[in-house]
Amino acid sequence: MTISIDPQKTNNESLQPKGWLRYFSFSLDHKVIGIQYLVCGFLFYLIGGTLASAIRIELASPMSDFMPRDIYNQVLTLHGTIMIFLWIVPVVNGAFGNYLIPFYVGARDMAFPRLNAVAFWLIPPSGLMLVASYFVEGAAQAGWTAYPPLSITTPQSGQIIWIISVLLLGGSSIFGGINFIATIIKLRRPGLKLMQLPMYCWAMLGTSLLVVLSTPVLAGTLILLSFDIVANTGFFNPVLGGNVVVYQHLFWFYSHPAVYIMVLPAFGLVSEILPVHARKPLFGYTTMVFSIMGIVVLGLVVWAHHMFTSGTPPWMRLFFTIATAFIAVPTGIKFFNWVATLWGGKISINSAILFSCGFIINFVFGGITGVALAQVPFDIHVHDTYFVVAHFHYIVYGGTVFIIFSSIYHWFPKATGKMLDEKLGILHFIITFIGFNLCFAPQHWLGLNGMPRRVAEYDPQFQFVNQISSLGALLMAISTIPFLINIFLSARSGKDSGDNPWNALTPEWLTSSPPPVENWEGEAPLVEEPYGYGKELSEQK
Amino acid sequence: MNLNDFLLTNGAGFEKLNILKIYIQIFRHQLLNKNIYLILIISLVFAISFWIGFNVNLLPAEASINAPIYDELFKILFIIGLIIFIGMTIAVIYSLFKFRRRNDQIGDGIALEGNLSLEIIWTIIPSIIVLLIGLYSYNIYDRMGGMKELNHNHEMMSSNTEKIWAGISQTSDNEISKNNLSIEVTAMQFAFLFNYPKGNFISGELHVPVDQKVSMQMESKDVIHAFWVPEFRIKQDIIPGQPTILNFTPTKVGKYPIICAELCGPYHGGMRASIIVEEESDYNDWFNKNKKTEVNL
Repeated sequence: MTISIDPQKTNNESLQPKGWLRYFSFSLDHKVIGIQYLVCGFLFYLIGGTLASAIRIELASPMSDFMPRDIYNQVLTLHGTIMIFLWIVPVVNGAFGNYLIPFYVGARDMAFPRLNAVAFWLIPPSGLMLVASYFVEGAAQAGWTAYPPLSITTPQSGQIIWIISVLLLGGSSIFGGINFIATIIKLRRPGLKLMQLPMYCWAMLGTSLLVVLSTPVLAGTLILLSFDIVANTGFFNPVLGGNVVVYQHLFWFYSHPAVYIMVLPAFGLVSEILPVHARKPLFGYTTMVFSIMGIVVLGLVVWAHHMFTSGTPPWMRLFFTIATAFIAVPTGIKFFNWVATLWGGKISINSAILFSCGFIINFVFGGITGVALAQVPFDIHVHDTYFVVAHFHYIVYGGTVFIIFSSIYHWFPKATGKMLDEKLGILHFIITFIGFNLCFAPQHWLGLNGMPRRVAEYDPQFQFVNQISSLGALLMAISTIPFLINIFLSARSGKDSGDNPWNALTPEWLTSSPPPVENWEGEAPLVEEPYGYGKELSEQK
Repeated sequence: MNLNDFLLTNGAGFEKLNILKIYIQIFRHQLLNKNIYLILIISLVFAISFWIGFNVNLLPAEASINAPIYDELFKILFIIGLIIFIGMTIAVIYSLFKFRRRNDQIGDGIALEGNLSLEIIWTIIPSIIVLLIGLYSYNIYDRMGGMKELNHNHEMMSSNTEKIWAGISQTSDNEISKNNLSIEVTAMQFAFLFNYPKGNFISGELHVPVDQKVSMQMESKDVIHAFWVPEFRIKQDIIPGQPTILNFTPTKVGKYPIICAELCGPYHGGMRASIIVEEESDYNDWFNKNKKTEVNL
């Protein structure tokens, strides 16, 4: 039995600021919070991108000449931490999850609106604190993985601020996860069955389970690490009898599922975008649901594949090889289903569909190198090299970030009532796609031939390929310009979109654009077939 | 061939049964036509993937027993990966082109919600491929010596009761293992030190004779480092407080880089050493020149 409550009732409109000011308020409206997540995440993306550019400038020459070596390590640590914890995780979960999930389940808001606002407002201070730690004694410089004993021996203040900030961000993520699970399970409109939910709900349900199960482990680990740093305990400090490999197990118990926390919501989003623009039902709904849950279960038992060259015994290396490689099966099903969704459709070629198809191509490439990396003998050569750097950027940038852009092109009319400019959008796609592949494809070769990751200097024989990669990074930086111009111009003076510019059938489009405060003027509509494209026509005839 | 054309050229006086037969014939004809294109494209994808797999070399020189084994695995994974990647890319680009909405088109695509047999096919086939790759890579790992017990047979370290945590222990041919060259590796910020217990000296450069098994026990003084020789296709972390082992047999005379692959501090990128693989006589000369007698201590 689903309970229908109106969490917004007490929070009436007169108490909330109007207009743009509400985005700077402790608003309880899930749509405002969604936009807050997105814009805040994008600002951190610009910071993280600037740091990435600094890395690529340093690597354009084989010597360490652009910045001091310890600053370089701070830059790469902050780049990784910001991109993961302040851009991809908050945006792909928090931003789109908050905006879309209440619509999809037919609710007027999230289950716990205040917790929701708290979850968002934890992000800006912890992000700013993380960036500001640079000005204290230098930021953390042990990589985003913060492996002890390096994280214990580097300057303490930076590392401690890093830990506090990641703990707060993890807390925000757990609050969000609980909220999504409660909303999807308990706030469904009466009559709406689980197997009628849009795929993004399933993706967010799976993701939130991962968040709730694995983030506390990271939190506990980082608290122990902070004790080692400030109180001279010996959990991970080998000098005091601690075990550094235990840290790695605990860290990756969260941080491998974190990869799925970053890509599963993207899988959900692309499942919403493709059917709308291809005008076809999502192919294989049931297998999609089962493959999401399969990825969740398998995702929890593969963490040690990050430790094949570390202190892991042979049997463990073998078990994690097979578990990891099997994730390719449910993931593969999803990709075949998406191509089958495109097949026989009437596809409108626009920025949203191009970014989605770019995602498919990039992610298939990253998935293939992923299956290769899962094989212990293969990984032993390329672990901790640029091959791995290239692999995970194909997953998180070529995969998730492409879907974030695709989603922005798809849902911008929903949030603003204005269309984005398609010409600028396609230009944005072309520069991003070329720049991304130019930047990361050559890095596979670098890794195979002997360039380790996280270095400021390298063998001069790799200079040419590194310069190609840096050129790609330059293109990626340039690609943000048409995007930003597009956003500002369209928000100010874009073409009116009407309520449902794509003629989509998912529930968020069945209200006005932008939607009213409590989502629907009357009752929430019951959408039993969110992907029923092609059916209306045959019924009409 | 169009049914109407067929009827026109063959006269119209067909009974219902005959028309059904003609329909079946045309259907078969078209199906075969489509299949021929499909088979052509698939064989082309396979041909291109195999050609690239066998002709494009992305790896550095092979200088240890492990390297050719590794490269065999790499080649197979590379070819399978190329087939899947090229196939999927063609499918996506073809769909975008073939099924794009023309300007005058309205309405939706076909209301196809799934196809159970197709979905079963693309669950089972990838499962089989993944399983086969897993078994094959187990075989490769075994041939590299990865599944050998991590018992260290250092004569010099019989007093060492520490547990060995991880590493690669190469297939030990008894004959070779008698002449095993034992070396103790110490890593620290930002250098490798190689202790030759038999000669009682420490070197900053690793000298080893060609075609002889080298057996290293590694430990770190401060933070985690890693020992990586790309030309040997081997890597093992060097961990403080937990000794790890790494065995290898070099097969090619030459000088190769030893690279630290685990972030270990500001000078991580500069933490490198060299491994010099030389003929046994050259190695012995070098060894004897550096050897110290215990009296000197």
